[in-house]
Amino acid sequence: MNLLDWLVLLGAIVGVAAYGTWRTRHTDNLNTYLKGNSTTKWGTIGLSVMATQASTITYLSLPGQATENGIAFIQNYFGLPLALIVVCAVFLPIYRKLGVYTAYEYLGQRFDRKTRLLGAGIFVFQRGLQAGITIYAPAIILSTVLGWRLDLTIVCTGLLAIVYTVTGGSAAVNLTQKWQMGVIFGGMLTAFVILLTKLPADALPIAGALGKLQAIDYNPDLKVRYTVWSGVLGGFFLSLSYFGTDQSQVQRYIGGARLREGRLGLMFNALLKIPMQLFIVILGALLFVFYQFQPHSPVVYNQTQWQRQLTGPEAESFRALEEKYAKLHAAKQEKIRAWATAQNATDPAVTAEARRDMLAAQSAADAVRKEARTALQAADPTTKKTKDSDFVFIHFILTQLPHGIIGLLLAVMFASALSSKAGELNALGTTSTIDLWRTFRPLAAHDEARNVRAAKVFTAFWGLFAIAFALFVSFAENLIEALNIVASIFYPALLGVFVVAFFLKHVKGTAVFWAAVAAQTVVIAIFFFGKAYPAREIGYLWLNPIGCFTCVLFALILQAALPQRASPPT
Amino acid sequence: MKTPPNPPPPADDAPGVPGFRTWRGVYLFVLAAFVVVVIALTFFTRAYA
Repeated sequence: MNLLDWLVLLGAIVGVAAYGTWRTRHTDNLNTYLKGNSTTKWGTIGLSVMATQASTITYLSLPGQATENGIAFIQNYFGLPLALIVVCAVFLPIYRKLGVYTAYEYLGQRFDRKTRLLGAGIFVFQRGLQAGITIYAPAIILSTVLGWRLDLTIVCTGLLAIVYTVTGGSAAVNLTQKWQMGVIFGGMLTAFVILLTKLPADALPIAGALGKLQAIDYNPDLKVRYTVWSGVLGGFFLSLSYFGTDQSQVQRYIGGARLREGRLGLMFNALLKIPMQLFIVILGALLFVFYQFQPHSPVVYNQTQWQRQLTGPEAESFRALEEKYAKLHAAKQEKIRAWATAQNATDPAVTAEARRDMLAAQSAADAVRKEARTALQAADPTTKKTKDSDFVFIHFILTQLPHGIIGLLLAVMFASALSSKAGELNALGTTSTIDLWRTFRPLAAHDEARNVRAAKVFTAFWGLFAIAFALFVSFAENLIEALNIVASIFYPALLGVFVVAFFLKHVKGTAVFWAAVAAQTVVIAIFFFGKAYPAREIGYLWLNPIGCFTCVLFALILQAALPQRASPPT
Repeated sequence: MKTPPNPPPPADDAPGVPGFRTWRGVYLFVLAAFVVVVIALTFFTRAYA
């Protein structure tokens, strides 16, 4: 990083944040603070929905995920277009018709107070946990760039996001997200073009031969994490929960000028989400090829921590690991070149043997890389908090891109972190105010200024909760997978409640309340059973349909079994 | 008995997108685009497996 990078980085971040804060400085109306401006058009809604979902983790962690495991993760998004069609056709018109601030207000109108509190409670708990995960991404960037401790950068970025959100609310989020998305697309495209110029002509065949380009897997085995089936079915339920019942998304599209604006904004995402994610995972797969041809490919991508060990008391053993990896990496390069040459051979046996040699060389190099990561974690336990693959893209940016572009891409990461964190905290503040605080303080409901103050206090509270969670938790998973796993544990029962609300009119509040509690228990039991017995663990996406169906089934059974009594709606 | 025709959608509900008169048309278009993407990715996977 040089002076130019710092100027671009700070200029972009401060400029976007100041613009949003200035334009919304007089936001003291509850409706505007929570729903945003009522004249919002579909383009702004579409970009806002996309920006809220595509956090920095998408740009930082997804390329690393593809570098390590290939592009199969794209199947995770296969249910998304189908789910958005259902949200447009069923969920959105109901929310608009009732004029609710939050999705859980609808549950109160349809069922009763306890079901509304349960829905809001599940949302704020799981979204609070997710906020603790998403805060990692910008903190990783800061700690890598500045060489600061990770916990310090978590606190700094968390506090920045709190100030930004509290001062502007939903209107600021909507207003600045479209500009941030512009910076994001520009930056990612620039990185992609620069990467292409550094790749060999046969980059795609090499990535394919090393198992990084298997986008589609029709394997029916439930234990395989990403397949077409888990993507379409599990991903459908996951996306339906996310876009239909998660206030951080609902808040983005219920505030539009007309029903049409919300629908078009969601259809914009239904069309563009898969191509956009595909672009990012292919970038990750190509990054993998790029590092195969680097003379000094790093044994560990978290170089800040690795370099610290090279000057520490165990420097000898870390240097030995580096040398061992360098030799294996050079051997692998030869095998890859031999395979590329063998592609032109007429004898298929020669090609097959060259590929076997190449894969064996890759396994040997990966084993040393794993050994190095374990050694790093033993020497510095704070590195257990993150996965090394989350550092791949930031390493590429800092070492390969020209100055100025480095600053721009870091600004991209920060801009998206700020916008998605703001959307998330804003939704948590809204739900806590409308569905929890107001329920217990009904007399305060008519005092607009007091409501806005309460929403800002709750927004700050959830920001601090996210910081605290991030400081004390460690991840065994890649960040983007950790997010989806948390969602898959807590969303399904909530979605079940909404499915019952929309489609099973005879089911009442008490039945659906206890059905949701039972379904949540079942999902948590299945998840921890899988962790206790890994051989029987099913892919996490399957938790979504299982939890939703369980909730609906229990609700029907309980409704038939419980004595009939009218529940007072709230 | 003859079923009465569906009432026209309210003005707010028109997609207002050139080439699409109803939301059902928009949804079918999105669905078709998704199927095309999955088929294209299947061929892509086979080409580079």
